[in-house]
Amino acid sequence: MNALNNIKSIAKRELTGYFASPVAYVFIVIFLLLTGFFTFMVGGFFERGDASLMAFFLWHPWLYLFLVPAVGMRLWSEERRLGTMELLLTMPITSWQAIVGKFLASWLFLLLALVLTFPVVVTVKYLGSPDMGVIICGYVGSVLLAGGYLSISCMTSSLTRNQVVSFILSVVVCLFLILAGWPPVTRMLEEWAPAWLVQSVANFSVMTHFDAFQKGVLDSRDVLFFLLVIGFSLFSTSVILRSHRAG
Amino acid sequence: MIKVQNLTKAFGPKIAVNDISFSVEKGEVLGFLGPNGAGKSTTMRMVTGFIPPSGGTIRVGSFDVAQNPIEAKRLVGYLPENAPLYTDMTVYGFLSFAAEIRGLTGEAKKKAVFRSVELCFLENVLHQSIDTLSKGYRHRTCFAQAIIHDPQVLIMDEPTDGLDPNQKHEVRTLIRRMGEKKAIIFSTHILEEVEAACTRAIIIDRGRIVANGTPDELKQKGETAGAICVRLPGVPAAVATQKLGQIPQARKVQVLKEADSSVLVRVFPQARTANGELARSVFALAVAESWKLEELHTEEGRLDEVFRTITLPDTTKEVK
Ligand SMILES: Nc1ncnc2c1ncn2[C@@H]1O[C@H](COP(=O)(O)OP(=O)(O)O)[C@@H](O)[C@H]1O
Ligand SMILES: [Mg+2]
Repeated sequence: MNALNNIKSIAKRELTGYFASPVAYVFIVIFLLLTGFFTFMVGGFFERGDASLMAFFLWHPWLYLFLVPAVGMRLWSEERRLGTMELLLTMPITSWQAIVGKFLASWLFLLLALVLTFPVVVTVKYLGSPDMGVIICGYVGSVLLAGGYLSISCMTSSLTRNQVVSFILSVVVCLFLILAGWPPVTRMLEEWAPAWLVQSVANFSVMTHFDAFQKGVLDSRDVLFFLLVIGFSLFSTSVILRSHRAG
Repeated sequence: MIKVQNLTKAFGPKIAVNDISFSVEKGEVLGFLGPNGAGKSTTMRMVTGFIPPSGGTIRVGSFDVAQNPIEAKRLVGYLPENAPLYTDMTVYGFLSFAAEIRGLTGEAKKKAVFRSVELCFLENVLHQSIDTLSKGYRHRTCFAQAIIHDPQVLIMDEPTDGLDPNQKHEVRTLIRRMGEKKAIIFSTHILEEVEAACTRAIIIDRGRIVANGTPDELKQKGETAGAICVRLPGVPAAVATQKLGQIPQARKVQVLKEADSSVLVRVFPQARTANGELARSVFALAVAESWKLEELHTEEGRLDEVFRTITLPDTTKEVK
C-alpha cells in the first residue's frame, strides 16, 4: 500500500512536470501530425480500400523510434544533471519505487498521446465496418511497443547526465531491436547465416512480436516479450543508478 | 540520534572519507568544517543513505542506515549541497510532493506545507514556478522541503551558501532555534557560522577528523589563544620586547604595531602557564618599569587561525 502510494506520488509529480512546460503539448501535436502523415500520405490509408488500421499501426515501430526516446531521454539524466536524484533517493522510498513511478508517468503520457489518435478509429468506423477486436489488439501492441522503447530510454538516460547522449543511445538500441527482425534485414542475413541463427536473432526484435498484434492475434508470448524487455531495462536502470551512487 | 562509527568511503583509489566516528544527540547542532574536498558532502550523503559507505556503520535513531534505510530516512530531513530542485514545478507543488512522500495527506499535508512556508518566508512565491526564483528563494524552498515533516534529524550541506548577509543571519537563527529540539548536522566553510550556530564542531581535512569540540575549545587550540596583548605609550619597541621577553612565563614576544606614540605587543605564554598568570606578570612588570598601560587583554584565539594551522590548503590538488 505504502509502495503504491509512493509510486503514485512520484508519477504524479513527474506528469505535472511534463505539463508545466509547453514541451508536452508540442510533443503531442508532433505525434499526431506525424501519425496522420504516415497513415494517410505514406501508408496509403484510403488507397488500401479495406476498413482496417493496418496503415496506421504499420509505422509505429519507426515513429516511436524517435518519439519515444524524446520523451524518455530526460527521465534520469535530468535528475542527475539537476542533482534532484539526491533529493529523491534520500526520501523514504526505495529506488525501485522511484524508477517505476517515473517510468509509469512517461508511459501514461505516451498512452495519452495514443488515445488522442482516436479520430483515425472514428474515420474507419465511418468509412466501413472494421473489426474492432483487431483495432483494440493493435492498440495493445502499440502501447506495449511504446513501453518497451520507453524502458530502454529509461535505461540509457540513467547512463548519462546529457539528454542528447541519452537520446542517441536509446535510438541506437531501439533501432537494433527493429532491424534484428525487419524482413529486409533478415532476408539479407539468411544469405550467409543459418536459418536458425537468423530466427533466434529475430526473436529479440520488436518487429517479430509487434507484427501479430496488427493482425489481431493476441499471443501471450508477444505480450511476455515486451514485459520482459520492460522488466529487464528497468532492472538495468536500478543497477546503473546504484553503481553511480557507489562511485 | 546519529551515531557514526569508523565510516570510510573510497572512490576507486581515492579515499574521500577515512575512518570517521562521531555522534550527535538531540539538542545538539554539529558544525562540519573543512576545506573544499575534505569529505564533508560525502559524509553527509552516506548518513542520509544516498551513497553506500565502503566501511563502517551509521545509525540514525534506532535504525542502521544500511539495514533499514527507509525507516532511517523517515527520521531525516536533508538539504543537499546547492539546493537541487525540480525546476518545472511551483513551490507549492514541490512542497506538496515532499509532504506526500513523507506520508502526509489531506489536512495534515496542507498544514505541514503552510508551516514550512511560514518558517522559510515563502508566502510571496508560493505559486511561482521554481525556475523563476532567485537563488535565496530556491535555497529556502529546498530548506522548506527538508523540514516539512518536522524531522528529528536535520542534515544540511552548506545551508547558507549563496545567500545574502541578512538571509544568512535568518538561516543561522533558524538552525539554532531548531537545534534545541533536533539533532542537526550542517557543513560550512564560514567560520563565524560555527560560532553563531553550533554547539559543537568537527574539523575535517582530507577525509579525517582533525579536531572535535565546542567552538570555544577549538579556539583554544589557536596559536594566539591565551596570549597577552599590551599597548604601551612612550616605550620603544626594542625595550618592550627585551623586558617582556624576560618574564619567566613568556615564550615569545611579537610586536604587532609600532607607532610614534605607542607600541602594541603580543606576549605568548609558555606551554604550561596557568590562566591569568602571564597577565599578572606583565602588569607587575609594567608597574615596576612605570610604564603607562593603555590596554591589556587576553586573546581568545581565532577559529580561522585554528582552521589554517590544522588543515592544509587546497586539499583536492594535494591528493590528486
Ligand atoms: N562520486 C565521486 N566520485 C569520485 N570522487 C568523488 C565523488 N564524490 C566526491 N569525490 C571526491 O571526494 C572528495 C571529497 O569530496 P566532498 O565530500 O564533496 O568534499 P567537501 O564537501 O568537503 O568539499 C573530493 O576530492 C572529491 O573529488
Ligand atoms: Mg561539499
